[in-house]
Amino acid sequence: MIYNNILGLIFSNMHDESVSELTQVRTMGSILFGGRYRLIDFPLSNMTNSGIPEVGVVTKSNYQSLLDHIGSGREWDLCTKNGGIHLLPPFSHHKSGLYRGRIEAIEGILPFIQHSNAEYVVMADCDVVTTIDFRQVIREHMKNDADITVVYAKHNFTNNGIGSTASTILEVDDEKRVISATINPDILGEANRSLNMFVIGRRILEKIVSRYAPEGFASFDKQVLQQNKANYRICGYEHKGYYEKIEDIMSYYNANMNLLNPENMQKMFLNNTPIYTKVKDSGPAKYEAGSVVRNSLIADGCVIEGEVINSVLFRGVKVGKGAVVRNCILMQNTQIGEDAELHAVITDKNVRVGRNKLLTASTKNALFIKKNQKIEDD
Amino acid sequence: MKKECIAMLLAGGQGSRLYALTQKMAKPAVPFGGKYRIIDFPLSNCTNSGIDTVGVLTQYQPLELNDYIGNGQPWDLDRLRGGVHILPPYQTASGSSWYEGTANAIYQNIRFIERYNPEYIIVLGGDHIYKMDYSKMVEFHKEHSADATIAVLNVTLEEASRFGIMTCDSDFRVVDFTEKPKEPKSTLASMGIYVFTWEKLRKYLIENENAGGSKDFGKDIIPAMLANNERMFAYSFEGYWKDVGTLYSLWEANMDILNASDLNLYDQNWKIYSRNMSLPPQYIGPDADIQDSLVCDGCNVNGSITSSIIYSGVTVEKDVFIDHSVIMPGAVIKSGSVVKYAIIGEDSVIENDVRIGASKEETGNDTKWDIAVIGHGEVISSGVSVAPGQMIPVV
Repeated sequence: MIYNNILGLIFSNMHDESVSELTQVRTMGSILFGGRYRLIDFPLSNMTNSGIPEVGVVTKSNYQSLLDHIGSGREWDLCTKNGGIHLLPPFSHHKSGLYRGRIEAIEGILPFIQHSNAEYVVMADCDVVTTIDFRQVIREHMKNDADITVVYAKHNFTNNGIGSTASTILEVDDEKRVISATINPDILGEANRSLNMFVIGRRILEKIVSRYAPEGFASFDKQVLQQNKANYRICGYEHKGYYEKIEDIMSYYNANMNLLNPENMQKMFLNNTPIYTKVKDSGPAKYEAGSVVRNSLIADGCVIEGEVINSVLFRGVKVGKGAVVRNCILMQNTQIGEDAELHAVITDKNVRVGRNKLLTASTKNALFIKKNQKIEDD
Repeated sequence: MKKECIAMLLAGGQGSRLYALTQKMAKPAVPFGGKYRIIDFPLSNCTNSGIDTVGVLTQYQPLELNDYIGNGQPWDLDRLRGGVHILPPYQTASGSSWYEGTANAIYQNIRFIERYNPEYIIVLGGDHIYKMDYSKMVEFHKEHSADATIAVLNVTLEEASRFGIMTCDSDFRVVDFTEKPKEPKSTLASMGIYVFTWEKLRKYLIENENAGGSKDFGKDIIPAMLANNERMFAYSFEGYWKDVGTLYSLWEANMDILNASDLNLYDQNWKIYSRNMSLPPQYIGPDADIQDSLVCDGCNVNGSITSSIIYSGVTVEKDVFIDHSVIMPGAVIKSGSVVKYAIIGEDSVIENDVRIGASKEETGNDTKWDIAVIGHGEVISSGVSVAPGQMIPVV
């Protein structure tokens, strides 16, 4: 297989609305994750590690943080003459604008796709955090002689209720053909959940988009997987690796917390498959005398004088003397004042919590504090 | 393409006094301070001082160093005009020769320097830890219409005999220079950082080359310029500076970071850049206890650590005690082991229940006490004891 034949497409704004707290100031792809990453680092690194030489990043709105993060694409080895990274904002040509769904989004970048010589297109969103080798998916795709391959994972749905599955559920037969697709159904028990990653022939993708977009169809899942499954050879590829799907603020919280289990950590960051991210050159993390840190992920540049238990601390977080941080996610440059106490709190970037302040929530319903918010001393 | 000032970084020395740590890598490539290598300090200083053209002279065990520097991108030294250039010794029509001394190394690269046609060149060592704005030193050099400017540091009288010592008049003009004097006349020590007016240095390099001798800046060039009454000035530097040429001073410099007033790595206005290894964040386990220490990305810590520097990607298992030690990248310290006052080299594995080093007090203030050192990639088997001052492998 010639890898120069593959084009990667990442949709950085898909599912923005599901984590509206975090996407008010950024795209889904630029949400901070796991102490030092942004969600887009995972699909981008997966593509790079799979030898995909050219990646387009489709954005819609709020993309300044994304542009900042990606820069020239060097960190992901995508600052190259042949291929490399292409940022694809809306309104870049006459047909592109604020899309409603994947088909419209692709219509907006059709010239970019048509310009490529790739035979296959690998598409991924930023809502699934995992390590996956796309080469294997492409291999299966070719073996199955598929038009479209959808990556899915088995998932045991437990709490039934409205919006309990913000996922497309697939039925796959013994020959790996997708025989049905239902979108966001209420279900219980084990089901195949689409991970919003696809392999598709470039020509087929072009045809689908040129045909359905003018007719007003925006959703790929609805229009292709569901309505036109008979017209295409659609296959499923089961991803058996560890993954986290971010569907709302609590699944975001839990996905971070799950990394505190070293086994999960091991599965997420498999040996030899590094996840690349933008480098900021902070100093090492500093643990002052008297600090207590247990079962936590700590990024470089943190300075800890207080107590940090079961928490994820991003770059440059400062925890003052006597402060207690439990079950929290503290994003970049959060500052916790002396003797403050935080339980189950998610702080966005640059939050400042004053001295003696007490903020408690439960791990079932974490408290979110917006970017740049200052909470004065008590 | 003209540059006002370019830097030449002497990185070819063997660093023989780092013994086990420089068996397979040049001294500037030796890891330092958690996520850095020694050479990050002069390279970052160059970038932060606005010097965008740096020649790195390599010779001894250059593989790690060359790999590490690469195209210079981590230090913003991958430039269209200028940037970092690795300059190994080379073959010419008239034969080939190694770099024989610091001055000879620059002499052999006159052609490189002339491509930039600089007014000034700054000559740097690759074995010092410090943060310094070279542009201020160049300004000083210009203001004094100097031919040569030597950065100096005030040291104690006891230390003075280890350095090149300068005596100055009231205008900072150097009137006397002695390498490692037995009876120092002053306490102004050369930091091994020189700014030269290129045209002048060029002349001296060529003369010195033909004169034979050790072809060294401290031993030949500076004394010759002084003898000819060239305008030579001392630029006084205040701040942290440490020669990490010995195992003990390397260990000590690491310990100095724990006291930020000595060496602050968190200054946003003077970042120290380094090549990043793309490791996940550090995981601190349920049984960990970390006090007064630095820990880096990719570490997995579940033991007790006090007053130590844990470099990137180190594993510290449960029931491990580490005190006043330097654990270099990728090392693994297994359960039951105790490491005190020691340097553990890159990718070394310390098996279970090993004892390494001890504090000076524990040895009854033995005058022969020293830190224990494990080289890179060593495996220390279970139950082994490594005494204070002992080095593995023996070099």
